[in-house]
Amino acid sequence: MSVPSETFKSLVKAAAEQVIASAPELTSLDQAIGDGDHGTNMKRGCEAVLGKLDAISAQPLDEALKMIGKTLVMTVGGASGPLYGSFFLAAGEALSHDKHLPDDLADVFGSAVNAVSARGRSQVGEKTMLDVLVPVLETLKTAAGQPDLIARVRTTATEAVERTAPMQATKGRASFLGARSVGHVDPGARSSCVLVQAVCAGLEARA
Amino acid sequence: MTETVGIVIVSHSSDIAKGTADMVRQMVGSEVKVAFCGGNPDGGLGTSVPLIIDAINDAWSPKGVAVLVDLGGAETNSEMAVEMLEPERRDLVVVCNAPIVEGAVMAATEAAGGSSLAQVRAVAEELSAD
Repeated sequence: MSVPSETFKSLVKAAAEQVIASAPELTSLDQAIGDGDHGTNMKRGCEAVLGKLDAISAQPLDEALKMIGKTLVMTVGGASGPLYGSFFLAAGEALSHDKHLPDDLADVFGSAVNAVSARGRSQVGEKTMLDVLVPVLETLKTAAGQPDLIARVRTTATEAVERTAPMQATKGRASFLGARSVGHVDPGARSSCVLVQAVCAGLEARA
Repeated sequence: MTETVGIVIVSHSSDIAKGTADMVRQMVGSEVKVAFCGGNPDGGLGTSVPLIIDAINDAWSPKGVAVLVDLGGAETNSEMAVEMLEPERRDLVVVCNAPIVEGAVMAATEAAGGSSLAQVRAVAEELSAD
């Protein structure tokens, strides 16, 4: 695998720590339109990943991603567990089948995004994490190989989160609120953005 | 004893899960295997994939298992749990689109009569029909 395990380990650590640091914000967003547990759920999952980080990063990259996915599935405790879990399980699965990083990044990310969509039976525009992940995927495709790829991904993610505020939720707990979900940023979109930004920051620091 | 479809109840609240299971047992006695779980891995409100897997295995029957859930995360986590079962069990578990209390009672009553998994599911899901 082309990503050295030290880089991978530091990226996973940074991403997990950033989500844990964002837990109060995620919970407060979720209290507005959900059941208020997104922050604590994601924190529990990320702490479990950090607890296994040595074992995870000793694996080949594909197995390491699957281990992260399985850990999230088993520990998060809300719908975000299977959703983020499926993301990492599918990314690992793609790498097990002739895909390689960094060359196939958009393909691998695409498989992961498709898995989220299938698990949640959700599409872009429904005020979910897909409203960040799908625009990021588009940028990964269109800006592949460009020197400013990371900067463009960061801008895409930040702008995409803000675009979830005027959306009306039709999936998940927020859909119970109907029109009252409008005006609040989606907590899942926010946590996806936190993860994307943390990985980008880690890559920039190493560039 | 004739095998009957097993029933699993998955709620965000362990109190609701247990209360629903109590109601089911009062209706059908011990003719049907009933297992339940509620709460996230820390015991707070939520659902837990490992606990759901355990409940499905506890209620296991060769005729299959019908899972009744409350809100969104319970459904997503139950679907995930089914996929993580041993391959030969996966196809014999269904997550029903039905209200948890009424669905569990109806499904268990149907199961007690020796019905198939498809029949048990259909009776529970009729409750959600328009």
